[in-house]
Amino acid sequence: MWKRFRSNMGAMIGVVLLLSVIVIAMIAPLIFSDGPWQMVQRPFLAPFAVDGLPLGTDTLGRNVAAQLAYGARVSLLVGLVSTVVALLIGVPLGALAGFYGGYVDEGAMRFTEFFQTIPNFALAIVLVAIFEPTLTSITIAIAIVSWPPVARLVRAEVMSVRTREFVDAARLAGLSKPRILIQQVLPNTVSPIIVMASLMVATAILLESSLSFLGLGDPNSMSWGYMIGAARTVIRTSWWLSFFPGIAIVITVLALNLIGEGLNDAFNPHLSRKGKA
Amino acid sequence: MSATLTIERLTIGLPEGADRPFAVENVSFDIDKGQILCVVGESGSGKSMTANALMGLLPQGVEVKSGRAMFEARDVLRLPEVEKQALRGAQIAMIFQEPMTALNPLMRIGDQISEVFAAHGLYTQSERRKRALDLVREVGLPDPEKIIRAYPFQLSGGQRQRAMIAMALALEPKLLIADEPTTALDVTTQAQILKLILDLRKKRGMAVMFITHDFGVVAEIADQVIVMREGKVVERGDAASVLDNPQHDYTKRLLDAIPTGKLPEARELSDTPALEIKNLRKTFRTGGGLFKPVREVHAVDDVSLTVSRGEVLGLVGESGSGKSTLGRTAVRLVTPDGGHVMVGGVDLAALTEEELRRQRNKVQMVFQDPYASLNPRQRIMSALTDGPINRGVPKEKAQAKAKELLEIVGLGPDAAMRYPHEFSGGQRQRIGIARALAMEPELIIADEAVSALDVSIQAQVLDLLRDLRERLSLSILFITHDLRVAAQLCDRIAVMQKGKLVEIGRVDEIFLSPKQEYTRQLLAAVPGADWAQTEEVPA
Repeated sequence: MWKRFRSNMGAMIGVVLLLSVIVIAMIAPLIFSDGPWQMVQRPFLAPFAVDGLPLGTDTLGRNVAAQLAYGARVSLLVGLVSTVVALLIGVPLGALAGFYGGYVDEGAMRFTEFFQTIPNFALAIVLVAIFEPTLTSITIAIAIVSWPPVARLVRAEVMSVRTREFVDAARLAGLSKPRILIQQVLPNTVSPIIVMASLMVATAILLESSLSFLGLGDPNSMSWGYMIGAARTVIRTSWWLSFFPGIAIVITVLALNLIGEGLNDAFNPHLSRKGKA
Repeated sequence: MSATLTIERLTIGLPEGADRPFAVENVSFDIDKGQILCVVGESGSGKSMTANALMGLLPQGVEVKSGRAMFEARDVLRLPEVEKQALRGAQIAMIFQEPMTALNPLMRIGDQISEVFAAHGLYTQSERRKRALDLVREVGLPDPEKIIRAYPFQLSGGQRQRAMIAMALALEPKLLIADEPTTALDVTTQAQILKLILDLRKKRGMAVMFITHDFGVVAEIADQVIVMREGKVVERGDAASVLDNPQHDYTKRLLDAIPTGKLPEARELSDTPALEIKNLRKTFRTGGGLFKPVREVHAVDDVSLTVSRGEVLGLVGESGSGKSTLGRTAVRLVTPDGGHVMVGGVDLAALTEEELRRQRNKVQMVFQDPYASLNPRQRIMSALTDGPINRGVPKEKAQAKAKELLEIVGLGPDAAMRYPHEFSGGQRQRIGIARALAMEPELIIADEAVSALDVSIQAQVLDLLRDLRERLSLSILFITHDLRVAAQLCDRIAVMQKGKLVEIGRVDEIFLSPKQEYTRQLLAAVPGADWAQTEEVPA
């Protein structure tokens, strides 16, 4: 499995990119000990105009490089945590629906559809607007709008695994239903869930950026979306203020997508889009 | 007679990392006009690869390394793709094992046949339709007018295979390649399809390359036979001499492994029953809506039978006869609508879910598909000990027992710490048997337990079951579609048709003096029945 993943060029590029983003996020306080809010120079300095400010300064004279590094922390944190929360809601619900069927399935799926009929982003905006825009509420809002696809995926996987003969064998061994679900069925649905989770982190980062862009971000934390949002009025005179955070989002999301696809090909070699070796 | 197809020194390379360098190595053979050549071998012997190479259907990474395949003075392996395409269907046609997946599910049968003409730019629309109708009639499909308007899912397996054959015959090919065309079919249907192929061969004089793993089928239709093993031809000759006087050890082994229908000696059976099924009924209801009537299938219709302690009862029937439902009801994977399943004085059919879990161990099952019946993410040890530990057996004791059982089924105790994917199909089936035994059941139900295995592996698993029957005096309900297999292992045979028990009796009674018409039909349909019978005389 790991061997197949490693031989995938795209996936390895993704890993390298993501690792660099993570490292930058982690060492941000070490290189930029002043934090992202500190005014360090004249505003609107172009990149490389002054030594020590490779990406220039923003409208208030703050260091764009420092903002970018601190923004990575927020983006990654929100992406990861909201995905974990979404999995915690979606996996159990989907598993119960798929395994027990009948009324449980009907109930769980109608509940899921209720969330799916509301446009993701609109719901997220409403949720953040109702609660105070803090990191926690943003993360929870993103989790709430992104769990339904997880539930549906897990349900479908569980339904197909449930009919395999080894599940019958486990029933004949006298194992209880919850135990069969947890011990026999769920481990066999892990691969598509992992793949989906890696792509969900990417979507969550985009959602967070979009929310911040609209000014619904946590006012106390620097994020890429906030940077772009703040710079949109000066985009014609100071292109670098929206360009670099944009590039950061593209690179991170691309890295996660590459990893997700690599995982998918590694878990399902026969579904790989490239010809089998 | 001139050869329709001449294959010379064909070698097909496998990609690096495969279990051997060549799928097919140095294979040469001829097929004459009007001749049926059977290519026999077990799975992985390269027999299908040879056919796919001729049709240009090799999977990616697999390619022809050397050799020629001369068809009408041209080497079909080296033709440019455009000419290959013109050749396919028109001159060389192919039929596949699984007619359901080989037909387009969203296209009417008639349109699919007409499409063959359209693809080669022949005839007008109405002419195509007329010819399609003629073909449907020729392959003996009932009610041709209706059939050409039907979709594949509306036909039975045998009818679909006939439709495939009609498509293959559309442009009067000189060579028909049939890749295991009857493997997925019931015996009686298989007999009909084989007869159809024989008739068409006679009428049209085409050459047939028939790929099969079943020597019974070979005895039925082959003129010439080649036996393949690991990509090499190990034996060739005309059908009679290969079957009656095999030269190569491998051919001998394959022939020995075939369940020949030699009857085992009848054994004394004890009077105490291990399983008593009384008036069992199960009806499946599907569909049914506001305007649709409910479709009812009586899968098991008032069946009663007994399996004595230490007896192996064979339950034989075609697909849809309800034999599997009966088996699944007996272990209560399916809850019956009525009747009793008495095991050791307990009626399994009447227990509640919770009581049932405590009584589960009494009846265990060995499943058909060795690849689906073991959890790929669970070690063998835990597959074997989950059940006993759950029943309250101490962990150490259960593990010791599991190792002992692995020994008994011929795998050795170190198999316990490995994962299922490290084992072959036959080995997995042994693990399945060990898992059933670990529960110390009073009865084992084997549902087509050897059907998915190659003949030589099948023989080994049957030997194991026979050995276990002696050593542990096991009671087994052995469900199979193959009368020859049933004859090898069972003490008595029960025949089911459409949910009803047709006949039950000792193996020799069923085979030598069947009382019911249906049993006689089943026996007559067994491929190679005559040949097996003649072999039996000197034995």
